[in-house]
Order: sequence, then structure tokens, then C-alpha cells
Amino acid sequence: MAFGPHLLLATLEGLVTSAVLALMALGLSLVFGVMRVVNVAHGEFYMLGAVLAWAVASAFGGHPAIGFLAALVIAPLVVGAVALVADRLVLKRLDYNPEATIVATIGLLYIIQQAALTFYGADARPVQAPFNYRISLPWFGYSGYKLAVIGASVALLLTTWLVLSRTRVGLMMRATQYDSETAQAFGIPVGRVYAGVFAVGAMLAAIAAVLIVPTSQAHYLMGRDPLLLSFIVVIIGGLGSLRGTVVAALLIGVSDGIISMFFSPTLAKIIATLVVAMVLVFRPQGLFGTSAR
Amino acid sequence: MADALTISGLDCFYGETQVLFGLGLTLRQGEVHCLLGRNGAGKTTTLKAIMGLVSARTGSVRLGDIELTGLPPHEVPKAGVAYVPQGRRLFAEMTVAENIEIGLMTRQRGKDVREAVLDIFPVLRERLRQRSGTLSGGEQQQLAMARALCLEPRVLLLDEPTEGLMPSMIAKIRQSVASLRERGVSTILVEQRVEAVLSVADRVSFIENGRVRETVGVDRLREDPDIVKRYVGVS
Ligand SMILES: Nc1ncnc2c1ncn2[C@@H]1O[C@H](COP(=O)(O)OP(=O)(O)OP(=O)(O)O)[C@@H](O)[C@H]1O
Ligand SMILES: [Mg+2]
Repeated sequence: MAFGPHLLLATLEGLVTSAVLALMALGLSLVFGVMRVVNVAHGEFYMLGAVLAWAVASAFGGHPAIGFLAALVIAPLVVGAVALVADRLVLKRLDYNPEATIVATIGLLYIIQQAALTFYGADARPVQAPFNYRISLPWFGYSGYKLAVIGASVALLLTTWLVLSRTRVGLMMRATQYDSETAQAFGIPVGRVYAGVFAVGAMLAAIAAVLIVPTSQAHYLMGRDPLLLSFIVVIIGGLGSLRGTVVAALLIGVSDGIISMFFSPTLAKIIATLVVAMVLVFRPQGLFGTSAR
Repeated sequence: MADALTISGLDCFYGETQVLFGLGLTLRQGEVHCLLGRNGAGKTTTLKAIMGLVSARTGSVRLGDIELTGLPPHEVPKAGVAYVPQGRRLFAEMTVAENIEIGLMTRQRGKDVREAVLDIFPVLRERLRQRSGTLSGGEQQQLAMARALCLEPRVLLLDEPTEGLMPSMIAKIRQSVASLRERGVSTILVEQRVEAVLSVADRVSFIENGRVRETVGVDRLREDPDIVKRYVGVS
């Protein structure tokens, strides 16, 4: 393949990574931004989404699209419910103390991971894509499903942006993020906002996982790398900044695609980590973040 | 006349440090009640305790028949208490319109209230799309007042609303406090300097070390300025 098409392919692959990463990192960033909770278990919500997708899809017979669509609805709802329980049972009781919640979510990480190992097992299992249409470009064919993943991610990101900037619930979330004490003084039920944000953050990770699992496989350790990459994205983009998250996900995803294809995936990770180190040193609030008040 | 707000035996802590010691205070219906005291005396903490933002270990805050210390903090504004915090605490990244929207959060529909409030502070109407952090100090204070008035409160808590403002703006704030008083709103007004309150207040309570030391009518204060020196020092 000539260089041009090769680059196009790498970019497309990178965009798919970016799409999933943006959703996942958005969840992490919302939770940190609004609640000041560093959710170390975020990758496990992603893993749980993929594992549940397999469980739901294999429970449904017939056309793969039916099982997949069912998974796309059920898996995020279940993961959201797990997150709600974790919020009420653990985070709330710790009063959302930033240090304590880090330790608590590390615990949550192991609980979810070991539960998956116990009930799902150590095997990697596939989920079938809802359709197998291939788009034929002049130089190569490309999975129509992967393009659909990009589309779905864009739609979800836009929806989140609209909710945050245009609705009453979004206003409550932003008010809680800027100044939770004053928000309460104006009747905003901060506790419920926290619970909702934690659930939505987890659901975004689960949706990302359901979308991507047909192109890879579900495995009980699959949450680790996406967690790391999400942290990288959130740090580069600036915590709590939606625009920064999207831009950083594009940057990391596309450069990862290109460097992986032309050089090696390891080099891609090394560069990403270096970029994070540079950002932390020279612009700790992230590219788009506002510095601490 | 019945009292609007009755505080009694209030003990408040930050961590293990006690800041309020059995504080008691009555806010009469329709009065402007001023709290005076040195830095760190506990004025802001008193207002936060009323709002439920600092929890009271013992004691009570009653608004008519409602015991406020038993409510979750976000229910206090719904019960009819509005708060203008020290330093204004606007949502600086948000527009003027969004800050007002937050003031309207406790109600389903607020169009009429919003218009009425903007009529009181017309400068804000011209700046609805502007980020509130970029407003001038006086405009920010007006926005903080407007945001609180959106609740149509029975009781209004103002924490140093004239801090850092020039005289004409102070007059404007004072005038809106006076007109709220005419409409029957009961106000607790925290100030540092006594001159700032003589013209608007009905009574003044002196706070020292987390306790109310003395409550006097403003007439007494005009006759006997020495009282002020005792609690606030030379001003
Ligand atoms: N968040 C906090 N944590 C710990 N201590 C606090 C906190 N806020 C206030 N304090 C302490 O409580 C005491 C009373 O503070 P408060 O803010 O109520 O005083 P104030 O009368 O409003 O003073 P000022 O006139 O300076 O605003 C002070 O000693 C202060 O240091
Ligand atoms: Mg104060």
C-alpha cells in the first residue's frame, strides 16, 4: 500500500480509538470535575460494560443486531446501577473526601475485577457486531461498523454538551462543579447531583465498551489500558473541560493510530506518557482547563 | 408581631474548633437586623449555620414553625431563606443570565420573578450574556442580590454586601435593602462598620467570640457611640 492510503487507514483506526477514548475520558472527567473524585475503578466500569455486553448478546439468539442493541441498552443501565450503589454505600459515607475516595475506588476496582473473574472467567470472548457491512475505498475496504462507532461517539458527545450547556440539569451540574456550597444555598440537591454524575460517568465508560467490544473481545483485565489512556487524556485536556477532553482524545487516539502503524505501539505509549509529563510540568491545569480557583 | 427567625443555643464547629458558643438571636418580622463584630467573630459562620452549610452541633434555628437545623441544606432556600454570601460567590464562569437561572432553581416557573428582579437592577438586563466574572464589583454585588431575590425570600441574609464598593454603589445596595424592608422582608445584615448600617438597620447585635454580647436599637447606638467601640474597636 502506498503511503497516502496507509496514512488514511492509520488515521481511521486512530479516530475509532479517539471516539471510544473520548467517551471513556469524558466519564472520568465529569466525575472528577463535579465531585472531585478520582475514580480509579473507571476502567472496571468499562470492563463490566463489555462483559455484560457479551452476557446479554449471548442470551439473545437470532440476528446479532438484536443481541447487540439489547446489550447497548442493558449493559450501561446495569453498570450505572452498580455505580449508584457504590456512591450511596461508599463514596457518600466518605463525604467525597478526595484522598479517601481514591483508596475506596482502588478497592472497588479489585472487587469488580475479581467478581468478573469469578462469574465470567479468565477467557476472552467475542461479541458480534450488529452488521458486517464493509465500505470499499479505492485502496482498501473498511469496516462500516467502526465508522458507525465514530458516529455514535460524536452523537453522544454532542448530547452531553447540549445537556451540560442548555438544560436545567446541566446548570445544576455546573453549579455544583464550581461551588457546591453556594449551589446548595440555592436549592440544588448536591448529593443527588453527585450520585447522578457518578452513575452517568460509569455509563459512559460502559457505552464506550459496548461500542468497541465487537472489534476486540471482552476480558476481565481489559479495563487497565483504557483507564491509563483516559487519565492521560483528562490530564492533557484539563480536568472538567469537555472541549479539552475531546481534543486530547483526538490527539492521543490519532497519534496512537499513526505511530502504532508506522513505528510501534510501544513508541506510541511512550510518547503519550511523555506528553503528559510535559503538560504536568508546563501547564498543570491542562490545555483547556482553568487553573484552580 | 411574630418573629421571623429565632436562633437559640447554637454551637458550631469547624472540625474540632468551636466557633459559635450558644449563640442566640431573634429576627423580628420585617426588621433589618445588623450583626457587627470584629474579623473572625463568627458573623459569617452564623449565616452559614442558618443556611445549614455549617451544621449545628446543638441549638436551634426556627423559621416560623420550621426547624431549619433538621433540614438538608438545599431545603433551606425552599423554606424561604435567601443568602448573599461574603465575597458574592457568583458562578464566575457562567453568564449573568445563568446566575439568575440558578436563583430561580427552586421554582418551576420564574419568568415574572426574573423580570421583577431585573427591573430592580436594570444594569443586569443589559449584560445578560456577559460572563459574571467580568462584571465590575458593583455589578457583581447587584447580581448576587438579584440572584438571592429570585427566591422571593421571607428572610434575607446579607454578608458584607458593601465590602469594597464605592459610595454610590453602597447607597444603591442600602436603598434596595430599605425597599425590601417595606415589602415585609426580614433581613440580617452583616457589616464591619457601624456607619454603614445606621441609616437602614432597626436593631444591631454585637458578636464577639462566637456569642451575641448585646442587642440594641439603632437609636441607642446614635445616643451612645461608645457601645460600638467596646465590641468593634475604634472604627
Ligand atoms: N472553613 C473554616 N475552617 C476552619 N475555621 C474556619 C472556617 N471558616 C471560618 N473559620 C474560623 O471561624 C472563625 C469565625 O469565622 P467567620 O468567618 O464566621 O468570621 P466573621 O465574623 O465572618 O469574620 P470577617 O469579618 O473577617 O468576615 C474564625 O476564627 C475563622 O478562622
Ligand atoms: Mg465574614
